[in-house]
Amino acid sequence: MAAGNTTVTREGYVPRLSFRQTVGTGFLALCMAGTMVGIVFLVVLLTDVWRDGVGFLRWEFLQNFPSRFPERAGFQSALWGSLWLIGTTALLAFPIGVGAAIYLEEYAPKNFVTRAIQVNISNLAGVPSIVFGLLGLQIFVRGTIGIGPSVGGGFGRSIIAGGATMALLILPIVIVAAQESIKAVPPSLREASYGVGATRWQTVWHHVLPQAFPGILTGTILALSRAIGETAPLIMIGALTFVAFRPEDLLDPFTVMPIQIYNWVSRPQADFHDLAATGIIVLLVVLLSMNALAVFLRQWTGRRYGR
Amino acid sequence: MVGGVTGDTERTSTGPGTGVAAATAGVTFQSNTAEDGEDAVAPAVEIRNVSLWYGANQALGNVTLDIPRNRVTALIGPSGCGKSTLLRCINRMNELIDGVRIEGDVFIDGENIYGPEVDPPDVRRIVGMVFQRPNPFPKSIYDNVAFGARINGYKGDMDGLVEESLRRAALWDEVKDDLRKSGLALSGGQQQRLCIARAIAVNPEIVLMDEPCSALDPIATQRIEDLMQDLASDYTIVVVTHNMQQAARVSHRTAFMLAGDDLVGRLVEFDDTNQIFLNPNDERTEQYITGRFG
Repeated sequence: MAAGNTTVTREGYVPRLSFRQTVGTGFLALCMAGTMVGIVFLVVLLTDVWRDGVGFLRWEFLQNFPSRFPERAGFQSALWGSLWLIGTTALLAFPIGVGAAIYLEEYAPKNFVTRAIQVNISNLAGVPSIVFGLLGLQIFVRGTIGIGPSVGGGFGRSIIAGGATMALLILPIVIVAAQESIKAVPPSLREASYGVGATRWQTVWHHVLPQAFPGILTGTILALSRAIGETAPLIMIGALTFVAFRPEDLLDPFTVMPIQIYNWVSRPQADFHDLAATGIIVLLVVLLSMNALAVFLRQWTGRRYGR
Repeated sequence: MVGGVTGDTERTSTGPGTGVAAATAGVTFQSNTAEDGEDAVAPAVEIRNVSLWYGANQALGNVTLDIPRNRVTALIGPSGCGKSTLLRCINRMNELIDGVRIEGDVFIDGENIYGPEVDPPDVRRIVGMVFQRPNPFPKSIYDNVAFGARINGYKGDMDGLVEESLRRAALWDEVKDDLRKSGLALSGGQQQRLCIARAIAVNPEIVLMDEPCSALDPIATQRIEDLMQDLASDYTIVVVTHNMQQAARVSHRTAFMLAGDDLVGRLVEFDDTNQIFLNPNDERTEQYITGRFG
């Protein structure tokens, strides 16, 4: 192209800037509306639950066991059942899930088998929870493969059976979250460690895991938050709806908060409906506390040595 | 010495170029006199017929090179010529990448680091590495330097080792008041010197540097260059650089590499740095150093 011959036309542009700005404003309004839908429904839900449930919200509610009389009915067995169950689930799911993630990210060869495992883990995350309930019933409660102390070879309708089932349910989420955190550790950090003669194990243990830990923790706690609200698989494995004692042992039968809430809602008396609302408030407080813990732990573990 | 390799390790591959039979691996080469006068001692690293493939793509073609002891050797060449890849063959760093295949041998003190009984971490303790971008661990300055020594079972005076390593890396005076500070809180140039301190804290014989100044400003670059020359009295240094002035300033020997149309990187010329820059033998070398391509 010969220099000087080209003529840059300054015509033919139709900027219509005010129109483009109007479209932009409309787009903004749509996005804000999308946000508002979520917020409005949450506020409606919370105020409704609060109005119904605040009447029964007192210490006795947390101390009493279920009762035929609404004024004496309480949440103690359900609250403790949930805490025991979540504790057991966490203890099982965390080490297994992190171990699987480390293997898949740091050790497994990138071949067909690994990819197949990867795809199946992702698929498992989408399996309905009731299916995990069936699996738990067969393996952990009845003990088809004979791992527990009960007559049938299973754990019976116990906390350990429920916790193991829940652990299976959230395992895919924990594995994927841990894998993402491990992937996010910069390769330069691994190289630095290998570069001074560290073995693979030393590199993973001293550098990759500490760096990935906040993310792994957050993912695990969010998965546990999902587990604490699950009902279907626990009904399937036979968690009881009326438990008048606090579980003291992994082999004790149990109930959990969502089951107790469901139980109250399904009764005809209006007072029990209000009790259910109170139960929901307690469940939400536990949930929010867990999420707050996740945020706190992420900040606290991430702050050391300024990242 | 690379541990774990016994003197009578059987070799089917090319022996070291110094003419000593493979059976005497494990004996030092101090008594050996090479033909050319400048490198009277045996080379620290002997690269023999090394070829490398990333999957199906060949990246290095049959490179043979002797790296002199206690000297700075520069690897130069345009992007994609395989100089970083060759550097990483010297401490078996390439094997961390999936699908890499390496042929040929690399001898350090006469021992083949690709021998069947050699464990890569052992090689990497003898051959330290400094990377393109400073990559201190997100730990304290002290722990950055001490990590390598700890994992390699160092039982001596750790405080002394940390101080000595930081002094050798010309960083001690700037950080001695707060060794608990995060390594990431230092400036880029300081971080790179911390990485050098970390590399020499495990007492390597050879230090590889992969474009160590490319992320640094000119003043920090000069400090690293001075440091390279200081360190050459005790370590064998191999530096990959894009900066020809840097190669000319710091190195004793320079290797020029180039990838042909097949994208396979090959060694074009290897000689004294003065010779390469003032009177290169190969036309392509001359074209590169005069800036006509690359």
